[in-house]
Amino acid sequence: MSFAILATEPLAPQVTRFRVSAPRVARSHRAGQFVIVRVEANGERIPLTVSDADADAGWIELIVQAVGHTTSVMAGLGAGDELPDVVGPLGRPTDVEAYGTVAVVGGGVGTAIAYPAAVALAAEGNDVVAIIGARTKELVILEDEMRQVAGQVIVTTDDGTKGRHGFVTDALADLITERTIDRVIAVGPIPMMRGVAEVTRPQAIPTVVSLNPIMVDGTGMCGGCRVLVGGETRFACVDGPEFDGHQVDFDILDLRNRAYLEFEACHRQEPSDAHA
Amino acid sequence: MPTRKERLAMSRTAMPTRPADERRNDFEEVALGFDAGAVVTEASRCLLCRRPPCVDECPVGVQIVDLIEHVAEGRFAEAAEIVAADNSLPSICGRVCPQERQCEGACVMGRKRDPIAIGAIERFVADYIPPAAPAAETTGHKVAIVGSGPAGLACAGDLARAGHDVTVFEALHELGGVLVYGIPEFRLPKSVVADEIGRLEAQGVAFETDVVIGASDSLDDLLVTHDAVFIGVGAGLPRFLNVPGEHLIGVFSANEFLTRLNLMKAYEPDSETPIIDIGGLPVAVFGGGNTAMDAARSAVRLGAGSVTVFYRRSDEELPARREEIEHAKEEGVVFELLTSPLELRGNDEGKLTSVVLQRMELGEPDESGRRSPVPLEGDTFETDVSLAIVAIGNAPNPLLTNASPDLEVGRRGTLVVDDGGATNKTGVYAGGDIVTGGATVILAMGAGRRAAAAINEYLVGA
Repeated sequence: MSFAILATEPLAPQVTRFRVSAPRVARSHRAGQFVIVRVEANGERIPLTVSDADADAGWIELIVQAVGHTTSVMAGLGAGDELPDVVGPLGRPTDVEAYGTVAVVGGGVGTAIAYPAAVALAAEGNDVVAIIGARTKELVILEDEMRQVAGQVIVTTDDGTKGRHGFVTDALADLITERTIDRVIAVGPIPMMRGVAEVTRPQAIPTVVSLNPIMVDGTGMCGGCRVLVGGETRFACVDGPEFDGHQVDFDILDLRNRAYLEFEACHRQEPSDAHA
Repeated sequence: MPTRKERLAMSRTAMPTRPADERRNDFEEVALGFDAGAVVTEASRCLLCRRPPCVDECPVGVQIVDLIEHVAEGRFAEAAEIVAADNSLPSICGRVCPQERQCEGACVMGRKRDPIAIGAIERFVADYIPPAAPAAETTGHKVAIVGSGPAGLACAGDLARAGHDVTVFEALHELGGVLVYGIPEFRLPKSVVADEIGRLEAQGVAFETDVVIGASDSLDDLLVTHDAVFIGVGAGLPRFLNVPGEHLIGVFSANEFLTRLNLMKAYEPDSETPIIDIGGLPVAVFGGGNTAMDAARSAVRLGAGSVTVFYRRSDEELPARREEIEHAKEEGVVFELLTSPLELRGNDEGKLTSVVLQRMELGEPDESGRRSPVPLEGDTFETDVSLAIVAIGNAPNPLLTNASPDLEVGRRGTLVVDDGGATNKTGVYAGGDIVTGGATVILAMGAGRRAAAAINEYLVGA
């Protein structure tokens, strides 16, 4: 069994959207879940969050940033190519209830993971405020899609080339003084998720972050993705990937994701997903 | 044929193994197996007991005496059929069963002399001639097997032989479960596992990889398309020590360490999956079971400067197969018995640098019947370690049971089943580590076979 790539679309420099035939995953997928993908016969297993799925048509979409060897090889593939392995959907789905007003915060390619959560939360009747940030204008992704589901969209760029000049955390800090925010979901690089958790901590706004540790099997077997949450060891693949941002030990997550940096230099294992 | 007296005078034929100095540098198989001469000689030692205790101790009930009698007469093809009648994975069992606690442990010859080398004989026969797949008349019943490890494969083999239409679903990208991700090449070559799976395919068993039941499809989805389901998903959730420092870089579960090596072939230059470079560095393994031995011996092969197994009880309680312990020692693995890790320490880059250990002594027997280790107050020491492997067992993987809340789950997260492996849900059976917690390949196979018999009865009546 292999998994055909049906279409690809460049979203930003180094960032590509893949539509992949994976009927089982498409049928069972819910927002927040991921798949494990192998790109080559001798390739590593990497987790990629599903950004969209169509159960009837049998496809899923993956938004991938080329940051290491495996994602770079994947970036070179196009419609008609096949992925040897796509397995999932794995991990717990995003908690979706009627919370009221939810701020969905995406940093860089993390926006690809935040987007399906925004869709699901809006469908449940929440008023969604999307804050999407990037280093610079070209790296802002899914802005149009977010506008379809969010009542308000705030774009930030680090260099001020688009939207508000600054970080998503600055925008969020202002937002929570301007209006009542009942819940926050943040997906992006570790410093950004840590920053979001610190912004919301004083008001104790429930804040969910989606973690990106290194994984091998993705089904609870290896324990490589273990994270410390509220002083307890949890496995991101089966207990997460979403956790209470106020309880996560980001220092340990950051350290563990550096385990293979030496290998990364010669193209080896990359931390999971689009968070880089 | 030798007389009884002559048999008693013969000594056990040693399994030929590659020299430790050679094998510690590669991942090729250590034990080479008997040749035709050696296997006949060894088989001719057997007293051919009329009430053989070895058969009683075999979890799958191989007719050992019948087997050995045929081997002693050089009738290997018939011997292979005898094994295949009760054991759908004999090449694997001959290599990984703890024979000293099962058939060979019960061997009458072993009371005063060395027991017959039953495991080595079984291995020879299984490797010598692949058993022909007996054609079965199809029943039209469809059975789904969840997990392609030893329990699932054994169950699939028996059900296919009974004529059922069997599909095995595997979560990983390769078939074999713990036989491929857990047990290293040097102890169980992947080609042996592939051959056994090939025989099942020849019997009509279908296999699908990359399917996680409980995620890709639910158990109820399977019950729509199949008449019965067998769950053999194993105990795949690694236990950790719960000591400070366990999140340091360089601390692995044995599952992760072995999966990177065995499944992902991290030791091969063209594999894209990395393993931390331990060339010349000290490695610690915590635990004393087969998995700990596999991890320690794998670390030797990666060029570690030293490999030490830290185990909290004494040599006598080491749960690993004796042969694995001896092989590990021959390959230079050091055993620090009666020690237990207190803390893992690292540098400011978050990398493991040392471990602090507590010396223990043996106290009163615990609920397992083994004398429980008790800390010797104040007797601690610290030793340099660059890579630590935690091999203290696995808990049942909750993925499927969480997704199927109507399945009855026991106190430790294991599935509750009756003697035939039936769960509380009609048509759903289970066996192996998901029922027992972490145990052995052969016990899982035995459970798979019992469940196959129960499923057959459920589908077609006794």
